[in-house]
Amino acid sequence: MSIFVNKSTKVLVQGITGKEGTFHAGQCSDYGTNIVGGITPGKGGQNVNGIPVFNNVTEACRETDADATMIVVPPPFAAEAILEAVDAELDLIVCITEGIPVMDMLRVKNGMAGKHSRLIGPNCPGIITPGECKIGIMPGPIHMPGGPVGVVSRSGTLTYEVVHQLTQQGLGQTTCLGIGGDPVNGTNFIDCLTAFQDDPETKAVVMVGEIGGSAEEEAAAWISANMNKPVVGFIAGLTAPPGRRMGHAGAIVSGGKGTAEAKLTAMRENGIHVCESLGKLGQLCKEAFTECI
Amino acid sequence: MKIQEYQAKQLFLQSGIPVPTGQTCTTKEDISPLLAKMKMPVAVKAQILAGGRGKGGGVVLAKTTAAAQEAAENILGMQLVTKQTGAEGTEVKTILFEQGVDIAKELYLSMLVDREHAGIVIIASRDGGMNIETVAEETPERIITVHVNPLLGLQGYQIRELIFGLGIEPAVVKSFGGIVRKLFSLFMQYDCSLVEINPLVITSDEEIIALDAKVDIDSNSLFRHPDILAMHDSSEEDELEAAAASHGLNYIRLDGTIGSMVNGAGLAMATMDLIKQAGVEPANFLDVGGGASAEMVEKGFRIILSDSNVRGIFINIFGGILRCDILAEGVVTAAKKVGLSLPVIVRMEGTNVEEGRRILADSGLTLTNATDLSHAAELLAAI
Repeated sequence: MSIFVNKSTKVLVQGITGKEGTFHAGQCSDYGTNIVGGITPGKGGQNVNGIPVFNNVTEACRETDADATMIVVPPPFAAEAILEAVDAELDLIVCITEGIPVMDMLRVKNGMAGKHSRLIGPNCPGIITPGECKIGIMPGPIHMPGGPVGVVSRSGTLTYEVVHQLTQQGLGQTTCLGIGGDPVNGTNFIDCLTAFQDDPETKAVVMVGEIGGSAEEEAAAWISANMNKPVVGFIAGLTAPPGRRMGHAGAIVSGGKGTAEAKLTAMRENGIHVCESLGKLGQLCKEAFTECI
Repeated sequence: MKIQEYQAKQLFLQSGIPVPTGQTCTTKEDISPLLAKMKMPVAVKAQILAGGRGKGGGVVLAKTTAAAQEAAENILGMQLVTKQTGAEGTEVKTILFEQGVDIAKELYLSMLVDREHAGIVIIASRDGGMNIETVAEETPERIITVHVNPLLGLQGYQIRELIFGLGIEPAVVKSFGGIVRKLFSLFMQYDCSLVEINPLVITSDEEIIALDAKVDIDSNSLFRHPDILAMHDSSEEDELEAAAASHGLNYIRLDGTIGSMVNGAGLAMATMDLIKQAGVEPANFLDVGGGASAEMVEKGFRIILSDSNVRGIFINIFGGILRCDILAEGVVTAAKKVGLSLPVIVRMEGTNVEEGRRILADSGLTLTNATDLSHAAELLAAI
């Protein structure tokens, strides 16, 4: 078991004929992901390394019976690409693109209310169920199939670091996903935690947050009220100066809100095992998860 | 991206939001002829991006031409120090002269992106001219908050909520409502992340005027706002930060002595934290991008080495898609090119890591290999 994606997931790639799109479609395909088609308007009928290209998402869905899409298109066109996938009623939309204007995401987020699709991202590494399906730009080989740990994070390479340490400790993963570093995104921590709680194969969860906003605080309260699986938490940005945007558009401490300290306090108060030092995360997980695995 | 007050007021004027009659001035020779055309009193306002200008002595209300002349000569060219500029202050290159207005009432009005509700929030208060954070803390009941759905737009009842909440008098209700509408349109049209008018004044002859103007625009949206991009002036930014930005690097300068170079923003933040936990202070945040290339590594080296406070460098790269051997070659080439003499700790993980480590070891450079992050922390503490 896993959350959101597995070996039967059929995946499209929006922006497949671009340099990034072609490369990552190939990487996902090599990992074993069932990439069934790509979309680039005006290039329908062509193929990229054997993957058929369509002019629009609806046509691609009709021809391939796809249920997920990976969006790798430039920021000016990414919001529209998400809406097109929503309109085609795909189950899962993974948007990798970084740098989408916030106003576009405000419209997308409100426009998606009540719709069938789930959005992961934007500005995220994607989602992987190790050994089954990779929809994203993360390096496949660092992962270890079979569970029992679920990983959810706001970051990219920091997630790889966490996963690598878990694998080093012999702790496999059910599903790992990055929900993105933008201020307005689709799937949030609580959505992922809910899915991990409901997934029988996931026995424990690692949650990786960073400064800015209050998603980690809300997630911590939710965990305390709803989860019976152990959670290890890590927050990046203890040393970040206030008022500065730390790379990710969403990573900013403003008006004294969104600090790492506040998030760590919320985690501790809600029974989450807080990892103080990134170098020891794998080890801490090994200790914290011994009882349940 | 922040823009100057006078630039924000140009946008206001284009949108039909009244601002005081004003003139900008950039040279001391222009002060006298510009003032000769204005009626007293005149406000003399330093144009810098940092807040707290008034308290720092950058805003003076002059009753006579002589007083305005003196204030302008003092302010233009000064190093203005405010709570946001740091101790060095910021050089005032432009001042704004504005006709004084006869104030009957001062209000506060702002709009900003609300990430939690995925919408726009309008904040208003009848305590104009005061620090809004102080008002929110001491008298929260005097703050009115309205949430606007970006798809539905600003509704009439929401404007009325502001009007009744602020106790706007019947004579100015119509013009106040018009200003809120126009400001909201401007907010949406220009992809603003914040617009703030503090104070928004009602004059004794019942006009409403934006006495101040603060506008921040979402940097991600600049591709569709060439007019705003043209306003960008890097002279108020840190020199190194501006240089890094022009190379596509995400760099923020800090006060410490250990420079770091990392791929990915989250890992870069966590690396800064690790440096601090090792008992030394981070000199910077530097994200060379999730898929860092050898060229980016070289550019990163140059930026870090331009900071004379740096005593050592920590490179933390999680080579995912990008192979470690390629990265190691990039590090070696870059280090040789820039003539590196500081101690460097390299922690590298991911695809082809063994080959990468061998390249670093054989390079003849004084690079120290950290086997993992805990080992890196020990090495950092020893610098």
